[in-house]
Amino acid sequence: MSLIVENLRIDFGARTVVHEVSFEVSPGARLGLIGESGSGKSLTALAILGLLPEGARASGSIRLDGEELLGRPDRELAGIRGDRIAMVFQEPRTALNPLRRIERQIAEPARLHGRLSKAQTRARALELAELVGLPEPAEILRRYPHELSGGQRQRVSIAAALSAGPRYLLADEPTTALDVTVQSEILNTFDTLVRESGSGLVFITHDLAVLARIADHAVVLADGRVVESAPVRTLLEAPQSELGRRLLAAARRTAFRPAPITREESTND
Amino acid sequence: MNPLRKLFRHPAGLFGAIVVAVLVLSALVSLVWTPHDPVFTDSARRWLAPTWAYPFGTDNSGRDIFSLIVAGSRVTVLVAVGSALGAGILGLLLASLGALTRRWVREGVAVLIDVLIAFPTLLIAMLLAAAWGGSLLVVIVAVSIGFGVNIARVTRPEIRAVLAADYVLAARASGIGSLGILRRHVIPNILPVLIVQLSWGMAIAILAEAGLSYLGYGAPADTPSWGRLLSELQTYIGIQPLSVLWPGAVITITVLGFNLLGDGLRDVTDPTLADPILSETVPASNAPVSPAAAAGATSDSSARETEPAHITPVSPDATEAASISETPETQEGTR
Amino acid sequence: MTRFLLTRALLLVLGLAVASVLIFLALRLLPGDVAQVIAGTDATPERLAAIRDSLGLERPLPVQYGEWIGGLLRGDLGNSVVTGTPVAGEIWEKAQVTLPLALLSMLIGLAIAGPLGVAAALRRGRPAGFALSGGAQALAAVPVIWAGMLLVIVFSLWLGWLPAQGFPRAGWSDPGAALRSLLLPALTIGIVEGAAMLRFVRSATLGVMGQDFVRTAAAAGRTRTGALLSHGLPSVALSIVSVLGIQVAGLLVGTVLVENLFTLPGIGRMLVADVGNRDLTKVQSEILVLTAIVLIIGTLVDVVHRLLDPRQREVAR
Repeated sequence: MSLIVENLRIDFGARTVVHEVSFEVSPGARLGLIGESGSGKSLTALAILGLLPEGARASGSIRLDGEELLGRPDRELAGIRGDRIAMVFQEPRTALNPLRRIERQIAEPARLHGRLSKAQTRARALELAELVGLPEPAEILRRYPHELSGGQRQRVSIAAALSAGPRYLLADEPTTALDVTVQSEILNTFDTLVRESGSGLVFITHDLAVLARIADHAVVLADGRVVESAPVRTLLEAPQSELGRRLLAAARRTAFRPAPITREESTND
Repeated sequence: MNPLRKLFRHPAGLFGAIVVAVLVLSALVSLVWTPHDPVFTDSARRWLAPTWAYPFGTDNSGRDIFSLIVAGSRVTVLVAVGSALGAGILGLLLASLGALTRRWVREGVAVLIDVLIAFPTLLIAMLLAAAWGGSLLVVIVAVSIGFGVNIARVTRPEIRAVLAADYVLAARASGIGSLGILRRHVIPNILPVLIVQLSWGMAIAILAEAGLSYLGYGAPADTPSWGRLLSELQTYIGIQPLSVLWPGAVITITVLGFNLLGDGLRDVTDPTLADPILSETVPASNAPVSPAAAAGATSDSSARETEPAHITPVSPDATEAASISETPETQEGTR
Repeated sequence: MTRFLLTRALLLVLGLAVASVLIFLALRLLPGDVAQVIAGTDATPERLAAIRDSLGLERPLPVQYGEWIGGLLRGDLGNSVVTGTPVAGEIWEKAQVTLPLALLSMLIGLAIAGPLGVAAALRRGRPAGFALSGGAQALAAVPVIWAGMLLVIVFSLWLGWLPAQGFPRAGWSDPGAALRSLLLPALTIGIVEGAAMLRFVRSATLGVMGQDFVRTAAAAGRTRTGALLSHGLPSVALSIVSVLGIQVAGLLVGTVLVENLFTLPGIGRMLVADVGNRDLTKVQSEILVLTAIVLIIGTLVDVVHRLLDPRQREVAR
């Protein structure tokens, strides 16, 4: 019973962007995928869901509780997405459908997989809105995404991802686009909910400070390769890789300066 | 890379350039020679089937349809070039008025552009035809107004953007007047956009000429024109239905040619597209090469060296396109 | 919202005013002696005087314009200089051919452009997608009149399914026959306009396909195509609405040409005949009516777009 990624490789035409990435998560376990932008973290998550952008090809192996996912037709993967593996995306401004009320989006995976009746969906939506701590849930459900703050929208995304009770949850920098103060609150909510749900978590971030609060084990990615895989505690005390040391230094700096990290080194793109 | 070469690597652009070149060539040749006299009538040879001597057959009065089409290209070129000139001048004038002048003039021009956009070109032409009687000049003036407004709408924001750029402010500060700025900075910057628009505008002009000549308000009765030929052949559509195929197909291919040339020029001159071979491909570095693009790349090595080499000087578009590449460089220099 | 409606209404009135002035001036200032133009060069002085008198040409231009507009506001579009009959009644009568024709053409155009445009986007980079967008590109270059002739050849001359020209004398009292005679003309406009719209639908769909919320919908448990269809298409539809105004202008031009090709007794055919007769008062009112249709529909489309898009709608909090 686990989600196993083995020797995952992702190519765009002749360019290989992810090489031989392997890791494993069990339900209840909390894995952090950390690296700089362009290191292939997000693509790895998308590959698990079978949602890689057009032109990208994944090879290797991705096994969900023993079943191979790579190469499965989209129709079969659609039955898994949202139900057994869910994902929270990075950008709350664009991740929700601007033309639909929150009510129709917050319980979407549950509705798609749970065959809920209309009344049940409505009840579930309200329940979820309360669960993720949205203020005035009944009122907020009637609104459209643009009428919510970034933090509120991200709470909606988290609620939606958890709505069908997925065994595994992928979170792609869910707090990066938010204000620092909001970031912390959302991270707390997220942490609690995932703990309660018992889902296995793959948390993607570039920020070791955030990772330290959420994950137990860390996989460090650089240029699409795993350069270090260790318990977060080890990474915080004695990082083995060059990137690990740099991330630690950056995390220490942010502790004093709550601003987005700017990097000197450019990555592969 | 030389934009002309880029254009010839662009399959659609190459097709457009060839069509336009053939059109211009046939218009020029028809001034001195056509296979048969296009207006000579001979009832003995009416409705001849297509043969080598009469490739598209003959019409009800025995005129050679192929010669009529070749001769008709003169009207097409005249209307296309005339309309492009008129639309370009009017468009730039309106756009400059809408960007350079005092605020109330600018607002007024903006409203005028919005209203004129709602006037379909054909209605403008009918209005003018009611006042002046139908003629090719009416067609040209109508398209100039109808499409000129379109050009004004597209180029006005571009002009305003150029005017707000730092190097223009610097030029202003150093005492260069409005006209100088227009000539040195504004025109070179909007030239790529303008040329693309004009290519599309010529396509519209050709359709407008065909439509108006069909209605009887375009080319005069004794002048061979594609639209007029289409309407004459339509009279006998019950007798010889297939004869309408020729002028219609020629108009379609020509319009398609100008449209594709415009598309090609846009892709070649638009710096926001990384490697614009064909709009079919995804404009990203990781896009797989589409089969069409690959076909274009192979076919151009032979075509580039031979045919278009002598065709290009004839085509006004192609020669103008050559100046596009200068734009960014001169801009760097003047900065 | 109220503020938006007011500004939009004001702009519409301003637009109509500017359009009417332009039309009026185009017909009064350009040709020299208006009466001479109407009557022809061989007209008797009495006839010229009669025309001048009936048009009020002796009076200053602003007065003439004022009378025209004053009449318009009372629903009086003036009388034909040639036949003396009121213009308004005739336009209304002809509109019963032109408006159904335009509507039917638009429906056909949308029915073609919608599904095929989306399909062209979904099949992008593959032979089917290339054929669809290439075919649309080529079809959009076809002159409307030629498209009509080809349809006549196939459906009237060869197959004999539909009438090649004319409109039943009884008009809409026999809806079946009326519709049958409008079918080929509407198909003509619909195919050519639909091809132009297809390209727009395709690029709108491609734009939506790359949107994050479509990916979110797929991640929730839909197939990629399913996510695009259920979540992306409403956005595509919204952008189609925003260009319908422009389409209407193209549609009206199409009706003018097609009504002449199929000898349908509509506004377009009347306009072409009146231009030939130099019936300036009629032409001036007809063109204003057609322009007004474009401007009014453009405004309506703007308002509808506003209402449909929650981001632009003001919701009471």
